[in-house]
Amino acid sequence: MTPSRQPEEIAEVDPPETTVAPEEASEPTPAGFQEAPLVEAARQGDAEAFSKLVKQYERKIFRLAKNITQNDEDAEDVLQEAFLKAYEHLDDFQGNSKFYTWIVRIAVNESLMKLRKRKSDKTVPLDEPVETGEETVVREIAVWEGNPEDQYSGEELRGILDSAVQALKPVFRTVFILRDIEEMSTEETAEALGISVPAVKSRLLRARLQLRERLTRLFKRKGEDVFAYL
Amino acid sequence: MSEYLDDSVDTKLRAELELHVSQCPNCFVVVDTTKRTLQVYKGMEAQDVPAGVKGRLMAAIEKKIAARRARGCAPAAAQNPSTGQAPR
Repeated sequence: MTPSRQPEEIAEVDPPETTVAPEEASEPTPAGFQEAPLVEAARQGDAEAFSKLVKQYERKIFRLAKNITQNDEDAEDVLQEAFLKAYEHLDDFQGNSKFYTWIVRIAVNESLMKLRKRKSDKTVPLDEPVETGEETVVREIAVWEGNPEDQYSGEELRGILDSAVQALKPVFRTVFILRDIEEMSTEETAEALGISVPAVKSRLLRARLQLRERLTRLFKRKGEDVFAYL
Repeated sequence: MSEYLDDSVDTKLRAELELHVSQCPNCFVVVDTTKRTLQVYKGMEAQDVPAGVKGRLMAAIEKKIAARRARGCAPAAAQNPSTGQAPR
């Protein structure tokens, strides 16, 4: 099966076979967990094996969905729909990539569909070229005052971080979440989103800089802030 | 800059960037605060899936599995679980 580069279509048609070579991928699973035998067993009808896969990844997929949708109910729907869709399409998964990358791709598509349905989020298709406009970015140059972890409660800090991520456009948000929160490799992220490696790198930089700007406004040392064009 | 922060640039380029960052106050602040931005996100503890959500997920999956079995779509494992081969 040829990998699709149209991720918006995937959630409505079928999850794609991916082509990331195992040696290119980072390892998101704990030591001792062997994914491939479980996937094989599940494909042959072993329900217990599929349940083990669900238990292994449900937390990551729920967090991923919550980070993209920023909504508990949507995240629960995405969690269910992603695993149900994966189960329905297990026969299409040919094992050239990791099951985790595959389920992430399904979950990202389900999450983006939720955003689209909400209509409050102006979604740009993930495979559409994005003008990053780096040369026009206004950057705030100010050092941070101490550690945010020491200045805010865990709940307050989570709220701040969630708000900053939510303010990113989905095309940047999804790349940031996969690379810097889920800690997937550049290649895995490209495969999961159906975009090129250069696009991942470009969007990741943009996302990181936008988040830096937002957090710097909150965390900067007072009285020493300076604005500058770089 | 992302690749520099991810430590995925070659030694020569890294040395050049480090030299520049050490001499350019603006770049130093941008690199430092971007690095701290990533650290604060990576330091976030993942919240567990609420028990009710887990329960509903497993119930939905069990229902799907039962429906698939009823259609006779996935009986192979019970017959020969040792093959490790995907159904053809």
